[in-house]
Amino acid sequence: MTEGILDVASALMLLGGGTFAVIGGLGLVRFPDIYTRLHAGGITDTLAPLLIIGGLLLQSGISVLSFKLLLILLFLLFTTPTASHATARAAIAAGLKPVTHEDSAASGGPSSST
Amino acid sequence: MMEAVILATILAIFATMAFGVWRAIQGPSVYDTIVGVNVVGTKTVLLIALITHFTGHADLIDVALVYALINFIAVVAILKLVRRGDLAASGEGSHD
Repeated sequence: MTEGILDVASALMLLGGGTFAVIGGLGLVRFPDIYTRLHAGGITDTLAPLLIIGGLLLQSGISVLSFKLLLILLFLLFTTPTASHATARAAIAAGLKPVTHEDSAASGGPSSST
Repeated sequence: MMEAVILATILAIFATMAFGVWRAIQGPSVYDTIVGVNVVGTKTVLLIALITHFTGHADLIDVALVYALINFIAVVAILKLVRRGDLAASGEGSHD
């Protein structure tokens, strides 16, 4: 009984993690500039490991394997936001400007007000 | 049932890696390439963890553990290389 509930919860977490990964990948392809792509990549880099490794933890029980999985989850939760932040900071320092609403309006219309 | 679920998740991870590789090749600036490579590296860690549970070889999880560490160091090192042009630069003199 308990194992059935654990299996269902694990399957839901795994499939949810896979769905979030694909959504983040789609955002990575579709978004217009580097900062929005960083947003999509950062979401898929933190949420998908949380759900997928959580789902795998529910299956492996208490063992050395689940301890190593927890260690991987801890490393990923610390390092991927740091890498995203460092990338955004480097992009700003390199002078890349975010695409704003005025930019798209100016490129769409014949004249720009600012 | 669990094997089918893990296999579906592995296929979703492969699709995400394909998107990341597309962005890394296509990306207009070098930072788009770095974002794509970062996503592919994180998804590789998840892929190895999923393959560990799919095949039952518990030793493979050490590979994922090491890959998670190498990935972060590699991204930071590539960012510094792009920014300074030299991995051994001290970083003094140009505060941003």
